[in-house]
Amino acid sequence: MSATMTVRPPAVRPHQAGGVGAWLKDVWVMTRRNLLHIRREPAQLSDVTIQPVLFTLLFVYVFGAAMTLPGGASYKEFAIPGLLVMNLTMATVGTAIGLSMDLSTGVIDRLRTLPMFQTAILIGRSASDLLAAVLGGAVVLATGLAIGWRPDATTLSVAAGVGIVVLFAYAMTWVNTCVALGVKGPEAAQGVVFVFLFPLAFVSNVFAPTQGMPSWLATVADWNPVSAVTSACRDLFGAANPSASVQVWPMQHPVEAALLWSVGLLAVCIPLAGHLYRRRTRD
Amino acid sequence: MIEASGLCKTYGETRALQDVDLSVPAGSILGVLGPNGAGKTTALRILTTLTTPDAGRARVAGQDVTTEAPAVRRSIGVTGQSATLDDALTGRQNLMMVGELSGLRRRDARRRSLELLAQFELTDAADRIVKGYSGGMRRRLDLAASLVSRPPVLFLDEPTTGLDPTSRQRMWSVVRELVMEGVTVLLTTQYLDEADALADRIVVFDHGRVIAEGTPFELKAATGSQMLEVTLLEPSPGAEQALAAFSTGKLGVSDDGRRLWTPARSADGLAVTVLRALDDIGARVDDIAVHRPSLDEVFALLTDRAGTTKTVEEGAPA
Repeated sequence: MSATMTVRPPAVRPHQAGGVGAWLKDVWVMTRRNLLHIRREPAQLSDVTIQPVLFTLLFVYVFGAAMTLPGGASYKEFAIPGLLVMNLTMATVGTAIGLSMDLSTGVIDRLRTLPMFQTAILIGRSASDLLAAVLGGAVVLATGLAIGWRPDATTLSVAAGVGIVVLFAYAMTWVNTCVALGVKGPEAAQGVVFVFLFPLAFVSNVFAPTQGMPSWLATVADWNPVSAVTSACRDLFGAANPSASVQVWPMQHPVEAALLWSVGLLAVCIPLAGHLYRRRTRD
Repeated sequence: MIEASGLCKTYGETRALQDVDLSVPAGSILGVLGPNGAGKTTALRILTTLTTPDAGRARVAGQDVTTEAPAVRRSIGVTGQSATLDDALTGRQNLMMVGELSGLRRRDARRRSLELLAQFELTDAADRIVKGYSGGMRRRLDLAASLVSRPPVLFLDEPTTGLDPTSRQRMWSVVRELVMEGVTVLLTTQYLDEADALADRIVVFDHGRVIAEGTPFELKAATGSQMLEVTLLEPSPGAEQALAAFSTGKLGVSDDGRRLWTPARSADGLAVTVLRALDDIGARVDDIAVHRPSLDEVFALLTDRAGTTKTVEEGAPA
């Protein structure tokens, strides 16, 4: 601590002059910071790198060996879109855990005393977790390609399928944001998230056609947003989609249903997250 | 630079702040002193825009903390109890993040980070994860982070709690240097020696109220009493009673019964009078001392008194 200290003049930009560019910069700084956290956290890093490989191989070779699909379609072709949806959806747990960790330390307090755009705190969080989820999704697709999966559709159609899944994952990061803000502490957040995320991922057409389920469970699964997203993805990837024969609206119009679910969740969860954040940080 | 009047804040049943006024002129240090739960941190949170008062107003660097919070944030640096660092980032990354979020360009943030790391002797640890830092290093990094944007007003929340004596001294000299350069500082502390060593003025908080205010010297004088300390050659049964006649507060006796101390009303020739009184009962005096109370003693007197008022209040219907 030498005596050469230059404390003045204040070197902070007047924020009003910053505009959209300054806002994007704040979001990017927060996003980058969160990505550094994921890189440093072995469990979170494995969630989006090793785990997708394992899940893909396990489902295709273990479950796939025992599964007969209607019409004798290949399970690999059926499973890859489902695995893509499941991995992206599950990866968004990172939002709940990361944000509640931040809230349990004083980091958010520091940020709240900085002349930054406060909205960048939550938006940077959802952006970084989306990027992590997308990495996990890319690993699933790469693993699929490595074991001989080939989508039977145009590049544009495959891209649209991926886009629908990514949009849904983004909506899910905001659901997780609300959970993190609504409960106290990372453990509680993790508990709550798994209680709704596991049924959401598994009571669906991700791993098996819903036709084999008891009728009440099949109804739940057919209306599950994850099923709509998976169906949409299967259709756009040109894969076998047994749900196409289910006579409920989301299964008949999976792309529309998937988009409606995602937009609906975003429309509810973003304002709700803002409200919860203000309530949580007011005192 | 910092002006607050009539601040009130209630958490559920707890009245964390009751009608608190504060004033810190530019370039000076105000020490906010008080035991845990006295309302120090609540006052700090209001002044740093982290929470809003239920009543009252506060201005920092000319801006209102509730209605012009973003403007206030451009003028302040805040050092929390080192919990505001990002444990998973390196020291350098912490400073870079704060710099960029304060609106510095990346290049400027990088230069400023280097400067601060060197200044706080953290250059060698710059690229290590903060989780592995020692307590002293964390405090230094925390303070460095609050200085990134060269704020004219600095809030330090118990900056030396848990530090070893050497680190405390270093922290103190940094704070003094900052004030010499014109920075205005509000610091909370539980340590009277810290307030005594650093602060131009001190306010004492207890149970959410300001119970005393002034320069360290004024506070010591304001209690109107002196500390009387007597050492006897051997314990004497009547000594306690003899001293009680002069006592204005709590009379203390050492385990071996040879040393007795008490606050006493200031009076000319107090030592001589006491000596005579002890002589009268046949106590043999080895040493007698009369001195101005230390801030510790003032503090004990003040909070003791406030404690009494509180019990009275609690008896009244809420």
